Amino acid sequence: MLKDRTVQVVFAGMLASIVLGYFIPDWVMNQLMFGFSRALAVLGLMVLWRTGLVSFGHAFYYGLGAYAVALLDIYLGVSDAFVRLAAAVVVAGGVGWLAGFILRNYRDIFFAMLSLALSMVLYGILVKTEALGSTDGFAVSVPTFFGYKPEGKYALFVLICVVGAFSAAGVQFYLNSTLGKLTTAIRDNEVRVEYLGYSVAQAIHVKYVISTCLTGAAGAMTAMALGQVDPDSMVNWTASGELVFVTILSGPGSVIAPFIGSTVFELLRTYAFELVPHAWQLIVGGTLLTIILFLPGGVWSLVERFMGTGKKT
Amino acid sequence: MNATHPILTVKGLEKSFGAVTAASDVNLDVVPGEIIGIIGANGAGKTTFVNMVTGYLQPDAGSIQFEGRELVGFAPRDVTQAGISRSFQVSQVFSTLSVYENVLTALAIARSPGLDMLKPMLRPDLEARCDEVLARYQITDYRDHTVSTLSQGVRKLLDIAMAVVSEPRILLLDEPTSGVSVEEKFDLMDIVIGALREDNVTVLFIEHDMEIVERYVSRVVAFYQGKIICDETPAQALADPAVQEYVIGIRADAQAEGG
Repeated sequence: MLKDRTVQVVFAGMLASIVLGYFIPDWVMNQLMFGFSRALAVLGLMVLWRTGLVSFGHAFYYGLGAYAVALLDIYLGVSDAFVRLAAAVVVAGGVGWLAGFILRNYRDIFFAMLSLALSMVLYGILVKTEALGSTDGFAVSVPTFFGYKPEGKYALFVLICVVGAFSAAGVQFYLNSTLGKLTTAIRDNEVRVEYLGYSVAQAIHVKYVISTCLTGAAGAMTAMALGQVDPDSMVNWTASGELVFVTILSGPGSVIAPFIGSTVFELLRTYAFELVPHAWQLIVGGTLLTIILFLPGGVWSLVERFMGTGKKT
Repeated sequence: MNATHPILTVKGLEKSFGAVTAASDVNLDVVPGEIIGIIGANGAGKTTFVNMVTGYLQPDAGSIQFEGRELVGFAPRDVTQAGISRSFQVSQVFSTLSVYENVLTALAIARSPGLDMLKPMLRPDLEARCDEVLARYQITDYRDHTVSTLSQGVRKLLDIAMAVVSEPRILLLDEPTSGVSVEEKFDLMDIVIGALREDNVTVLFIEHDMEIVERYVSRVVAFYQGKIICDETPAQALADPAVQEYVIGIRADAQAEGG
């Protein structure tokens, strides 16, 4: 597995980010933290997208992860980053596993909309329930690491880089496996896959659970990086749309793509907001249009093009 | 019939779709190594029979025993895992993948029970075996061609090659020569039947073309309105008045009408 070039690049990138993170100003580190956190969810959507499945409701799992962290903090006083992360993954993955029994039977628009329906149910519950923070959400306390309470956010940044790298490597391993490579085959001909002796429903269920675990982790990381959770930016359908947006922006070509795409999105949004505070969506929307028209492979296709010409010369 | 114990025993199979009877008291014993031709007019129940044996359709009544196991209630993937594969009248292949990727996918699934599905798909033993299969079915020339660019004949060979990589004991071929040009069909059948005989695979194949039936099968089973009306050697079957009237006769008329 360590011979895999992509995995080598992932870990090299992780080390570079960790070293760089020590020197860069806080606001840049914040941008990277949000970018890399969200990248985990994008990675999850990519796993589904490769089989032709799009989920318009992944903010459901993003929110489950984030709220798992917040509720553990508020009601049980859990501040350990590892416990929070594990809890978020278990909650999101567990709910994803249950929902998967229904979703694995649907494709296309039905798959996309069923996920959306689930996320809107959660949104409704959160907004209406005072004990769950209602529309304001909760503030999340600064995470600790095995009892160690660091100054600043650098420790959390390192954790996000490490979790991101291991997740990317894990997904890469999965995508190279027989199960993970059942993507185009399922898209082309489900009947044949069944007759070859494997259950399409099961293959999709596995993809779905992987994707929900990653998205739960993304929610947990974002909650800790941001120091708060709220239904509108994390569970509402616009949050789901944003995740799909970043997935398209990144492109499905590589497990590294989500990290680049998500960071680009973070910067794009920040600068667009600074430039035209009242119409920043215009710039973001225009970018998506440009990507779909001219770069259907996402930002990653630029990287590929750059590396391709780099190799030849 | 020789004394060998049957590998497949079908008893009292029944299936109807509304008022249409697709199978009515179908009984069949298949001995290992046989090559059986299934003939009958369109709608006689041939494909329904194959679909029931492979788990795509569940019979209304009856039993299908394979190597002593009851197959009724099995899903297609369970039947494949039990050791019965099939090909399709319209080739069921992965049209945006290359020929090599198609066979590799089939092979990797067949060779990856349980958690082995998490092993890499590209592994040296599979890749070597994959090239052997391509050579055996004489599609090596098309190795890296995308399937959607291939002729019907090559697709049929690929479809069958994908069905045999799981090393089934029985292979059901649904009209292996349909859509294949007259010049190609005997070559195709020579390749397929030759390879299957070598591997000692028991074959049941649906065929409309009596030339093909006469040349390749050891036994003919004729269907008419969901019933088996004849189960004989090819020479006997083709001389059988019932077969001539209900199978060959009807086909001749249909062809004449179709112009």
